[in-house]
Amino acid sequence: MSAVLPEHPEFLWRNPDPRRSYEVVIVGGGGHGLATAYYLARNHGITNVAVLERGWLAGGNMARNTTIIRSNYLWDESAAIYEHALKQWEALPEELDYDFLFSQRGVLNLAHTPQDVREGVRRVNANQLNGVDAEWLNPDQVKEFCPIVDISPGVRYPVLGATLQPRAGIAKHDHVAWAFARTADEHGIDLIQDCEVTGFLRDGDKILGVQTTRGPIMADRIGLAAAGHTSVLAGLAGLRLPLQSHPLQALVSELLEPVHPCVVMSNHVHVYVSQAHKGELVMGAGVDPYNSYAQRGSVHVIERQMAAALELFPIFARAHVIRTWGGIVDVTPDASPIIGATPLANLFVNCGWGTGGFKATPASGWVYAHTLATGRAHPLNEPFALERFTTGALIDEHGAAAVAH
Amino acid sequence: MTAHRLPNGGRVDRAAPVRFTYDGKRYTGLRGDTLASALIANGVLEVAPSSYRGRPRGIVTAGVDEPNALVLVDGSLLPATTLELHDGLSATGRSGVGRLTDSTDSVRHDKRYVHCDVLVVGGGPAGLAAAQAAGRTGARTILADERTELGGTLLATKGFDLSWPGLAEFPETRVLSRTTAVGYYDQNYVVLAQRNTLWHVRAKRVVLATGAHERPLVFADNDRPGVMLASAVREYVNRYAVAPGQNVVLATTNDSAYQVALDLIAAGITVSAIVDSRPEPPAALVNQVGVEVITGSAVTGTEGRHRVSAVHIGPDRSIPCDLLAVSGGWNPAVHMFSQAQGRVRYEERIAAFVPDTCPQDLEVVGAANATYELAACLAEGAAAGARAAHLAGFGGGTAPELPPVPAESDSAHRPVWMVEGDETLQFIDLQRDSTVADIRRATGAGLRSVEHVKRYTTVGTGLDQGRTGGVPAIGVIAELLGASSPGEVGTTTYRPPYTPVSFALLAGRDRGELHDPIRRTAMHSWHVAHGAVFEDVGQWKRPHHYPRAGEDAQAAVLRECTAARTGLAMMDASTLGKIEVQGPDAGEFLNRMYTNAFAKLAIGSCRYGMLCRADGMVFDDGVVLRLAEDRYLTTTTTGNAAAVLDWFEEWQQTEWPELRVRFTSVTEQWATIAVVGPGSRAALTPLLPDLDLSAAAFGFMTFRDTVLCNGVPARVARVSFSGELAFEINVATWHGLSTWELVANTGATPYGTETMHVLRAEKGFVIVGQDTDGTVTPQDLGMDWIVSKRKDFVGRRSFSRPDTARPDRRQLVGLLPVDPDDLLPEGAQLVAGGVPLTPPVPMLGHVTSSYRSAALGRTFALALVAGGRDLIGRELLAPLGNRVITATVTEPIFYDPEGTRRDG
Ligand SMILES: Cc1cc2nc3c(=O)[nH]c(=O)nc-3n(C[C@H](O)[C@H](O)[C@H](O)COP(=O)(O)OP(=O)(O)OC[C@H]3O[C@@H](n4cnc5c(N)ncnc54)[C@H](O)[C@@H]3O)c2cc1C
Repeated sequence: MSAVLPEHPEFLWRNPDPRRSYEVVIVGGGGHGLATAYYLARNHGITNVAVLERGWLAGGNMARNTTIIRSNYLWDESAAIYEHALKQWEALPEELDYDFLFSQRGVLNLAHTPQDVREGVRRVNANQLNGVDAEWLNPDQVKEFCPIVDISPGVRYPVLGATLQPRAGIAKHDHVAWAFARTADEHGIDLIQDCEVTGFLRDGDKILGVQTTRGPIMADRIGLAAAGHTSVLAGLAGLRLPLQSHPLQALVSELLEPVHPCVVMSNHVHVYVSQAHKGELVMGAGVDPYNSYAQRGSVHVIERQMAAALELFPIFARAHVIRTWGGIVDVTPDASPIIGATPLANLFVNCGWGTGGFKATPASGWVYAHTLATGRAHPLNEPFALERFTTGALIDEHGAAAVAH
Repeated sequence: MTAHRLPNGGRVDRAAPVRFTYDGKRYTGLRGDTLASALIANGVLEVAPSSYRGRPRGIVTAGVDEPNALVLVDGSLLPATTLELHDGLSATGRSGVGRLTDSTDSVRHDKRYVHCDVLVVGGGPAGLAAAQAAGRTGARTILADERTELGGTLLATKGFDLSWPGLAEFPETRVLSRTTAVGYYDQNYVVLAQRNTLWHVRAKRVVLATGAHERPLVFADNDRPGVMLASAVREYVNRYAVAPGQNVVLATTNDSAYQVALDLIAAGITVSAIVDSRPEPPAALVNQVGVEVITGSAVTGTEGRHRVSAVHIGPDRSIPCDLLAVSGGWNPAVHMFSQAQGRVRYEERIAAFVPDTCPQDLEVVGAANATYELAACLAEGAAAGARAAHLAGFGGGTAPELPPVPAESDSAHRPVWMVEGDETLQFIDLQRDSTVADIRRATGAGLRSVEHVKRYTTVGTGLDQGRTGGVPAIGVIAELLGASSPGEVGTTTYRPPYTPVSFALLAGRDRGELHDPIRRTAMHSWHVAHGAVFEDVGQWKRPHHYPRAGEDAQAAVLRECTAARTGLAMMDASTLGKIEVQGPDAGEFLNRMYTNAFAKLAIGSCRYGMLCRADGMVFDDGVVLRLAEDRYLTTTTTGNAAAVLDWFEEWQQTEWPELRVRFTSVTEQWATIAVVGPGSRAALTPLLPDLDLSAAAFGFMTFRDTVLCNGVPARVARVSFSGELAFEINVATWHGLSTWELVANTGATPYGTETMHVLRAEKGFVIVGQDTDGTVTPQDLGMDWIVSKRKDFVGRRSFSRPDTARPDRRQLVGLLPVDPDDLLPEGAQLVAGGVPLTPPVPMLGHVTSSYRSAALGRTFALALVAGGRDLIGRELLAPLGNRVITATVTEPIFYDPEGTRRDG
């Protein structure tokens, strides 16, 4: 018999009609929007809040990601916010009273070239000095930690080592979103589905509210949290953001008896894999290179990723892909998010999380709630302001340690 | 013959017994059987128990939609209902969970890429008619069908001549059996899985004739072995000549079950009753079957344990039976259509989601289009096939004549989504063990979207991806939410693949050596013969060092370095990227791309250049040669050659299309040998008889086209990446090996990438990608001199941003460990002396390159350090867990700072 998932609560949320005005309106009911709503209530006592979602709650990237959670980022600014998130993850199942299968099974980032090794060692050293758990493993230690990885020297790109973050892992994405949503709803926050924002109500450079498919809604402050569609939404307000939207695909196998104990990521043999609680292998790789808003990708990207998977894990040859899908990710020039004010008064953005924002969900909510409540950035999101593209103070995780997700 | 094999009929070969093992027991079936039909022939209907609740389960379907009968064969989890029986087959029943084993898979998987005019998916009556109509016009037609034989439902229809389309007569028509269309992408790009071959088909027109899947009915204990889809019962009886039961009750919401009853009766099987949800089923059908029809009723439960023994119709009526055949209506197989971005709409009359509009060049015909009567299917298929061919440029668009077929009826359906009874036993998704009670709980929790309910209950997430349970779940949700119809609830999204596809098939041949093509230089065999240890640089194999007997890597590198600095050494530099830039505007183009200027570079001269991204960060570097007024040869780093070519193309094509300039990669056309060391001039003099190699005649950063002593034309450049006197000999790749051998015969010591790295680091030359990481400007590297102040270039604007002018940016410096024997690890972080080493520790930078130097007789390193140039002379710490290395910050140049050695 198979592993049984924990049962969901009897009640999740009301389905209210939108009111005419709110103190804060959050556009986008993904993980980040829902977490923001929760922290507005929890940390700031603000509950006169609506989350507007054009489809079903958490049906965007929140429902599509491969749920990797880690905080072993290179730069101080990134490490700080992702590590804050990881600490939150560690407390949230109890705080939200929801078993969302957070599993700290460890994440390996494999190195296949001398340059990969240099980058890995550099990141491990930086992580340790930043107080983020990190280890460098040699190939034998990699094999010990994840016995199914092929470390033989004869393969095309042999494994030369790996970074390991033991506290990193995975969680069940839908359950996470529902946990935030349920508690936000309990606080009286309105989660409004089938409500697409189609325009902004404004007075010059001041935003007063939003136009939606369910009528106009006024708000003192408006926070966008629309992930891949942020540029479209911001475009409605006449804002051009430094974002490129790309499809990012992922897939699952059939249910399998446990074979894969941790999370393995490789950038050089490009694929990353974990085995979810139910038993399916969950894997992904890089974005489809073209820009798109259609939530689907090309088959050759999947083929490439399966070839990579078999290089690393020959044992997967007879597993089957049973479902592939795509989400639209919003990528900034430096692959770091944008969180903060915009040139328009009362309008704030939280976007650019690209291929890796799931892991940040709690911290993103924490700092965005702070920003929306006070009108000012939290110290953790100060470096992630939109201005950095003008000043040049980029936080380039792309180039530095080309690790995505 | 077993008792369960019917005495005659079927498309099995009674003369060809096939032996197989299931769950360790031996059985015999016939050629033409599936594992499922062979098991039924042996009286085995029960399969592995359910995954979560451990309930007994039986074979439910005869096709790809099977939720229960999953088996493990050679490490693959497959439905027994589609698994062709073959001698020696050994299968183990599994409760929906596979098990991977480490045995190597010896099967080779491959890809085919084809174009066609008309692709027909599905070889049932509609698809056959379409393929015939298209094929006979001469259009390149492909007919793909997932089964072993063409015919679709006709295989289970008695007395139909399947040879009628005569597809074999059309030379441009290709029939692919055992081939499932699994993915439908944009622009009619369809992916077909055929055993070990994955076909990528680009079709001008597509005709989808994918048929329909029968729906089960939802009632208490509907999961008991012996509850089977009516169409599956018919297929087992007619196609495989096996009897899944002897005493059958049929439960239906539509006309199709009546034909099943007739076929069962004809096969000598008892049909006790038909339970029809409709108050007034067509009288003609009722009269024709001649068995009791219980109208306006539904089955509400079953009895039995490992096998159905009776069915309940409400509280009062119970009918004994050993098989309950159910038809809850039909779902057109809209999966491919939906993947093609087609929209479906709900059709009340037949209670099903049917194809509506689609942006791609396709048509849907037959049961997939909710056309269920045979004559209509044939006509629709033929018309669509002829039309598709015509639109693709073949034939006049008229459909051929069709074989006559008996009339069939398809009167209105009456769906039954919910009946009374214990909802915890009313199964919706057999694989996930989810029930009506689970759905009620989900809607009670506030969920309104089918996607939410799917995730809450996990309905539709099993191996069959909701092919059986999906629409019944939507029906139940609609009833529970009081929606006007399932159409109001809508479906979940259909995603590729349609049926599971093995990882190995998707990977194809891109495994092992072919995973990424290995690139080797013309001199590779020499390197191998001389014991080189290789490293991967991009796709290339490059010699890292050439150890001699008894030498470790360190010793070899020190020896190679010494040779280069004091004598004569040579390196294979062929892997550097080489791009010819040609056209009247070549100089202007390079001026706009590189930070420094090239338009005025003299013909015959070389210049080192640097490329930045738009953000002003270093992207690549290399030497550029001016070959002619309108012709340059640029070199790139080995790993970045393709990226630089793309970069050039992108700017030229998207930003400056008016510039008359073209790019050609010539990396593979040239073999390059760097001949290095104070002895290089003397050694090369006899090899280059036509050249005066003196510094006066052949200046640094110039090149000459000449002919080697062996008659091979060569381009010789005076460039140096080591600071030593050096000549770079470029010859056509054909002559690479012989030229290398010619140079090697002078006694030059071959050296690898590691020695090259040490030599250049001693001189403070950076390696892009090692000493830079996408966050470093040329100024950070102390290379302000390479950034032109007079012209515009990509990245220039970024240098005026406040952050790029910050004084405390990370700058390139040198490091000398206080203990000259301590080797700093590359990637070590650097902190100021005196800071407490408890996290978070403020970091100043990191070590980018670190080596032992033969010339210096000690270790040294390069590093990027915040405000580093102001720290020269100070000490920094590298905390390394259990130890700390102290090093002094220096200028990033350690050897011959005056550059006295380059002219020899
Ligand atoms: C395939 C894939 C794999 C990934 N894997 C990982 C991973 O392993 N680890 C990781 O950390 N991250 C991963 N990510 C990234 C992560 O999913 C995203 O960064 C994160 O989910 C984005 O935040 P969100 O949850 O709020 O976005 P979403 O869930 O996309 O929420 C945005 C919401 O805004 C709504 N919206 C858009 N426009 C409007 C409008 N006009 N009006 C109203 N609502 C609107 C959308 O419908 C959507 O629900 C992955 C992403 C994808 C696609």
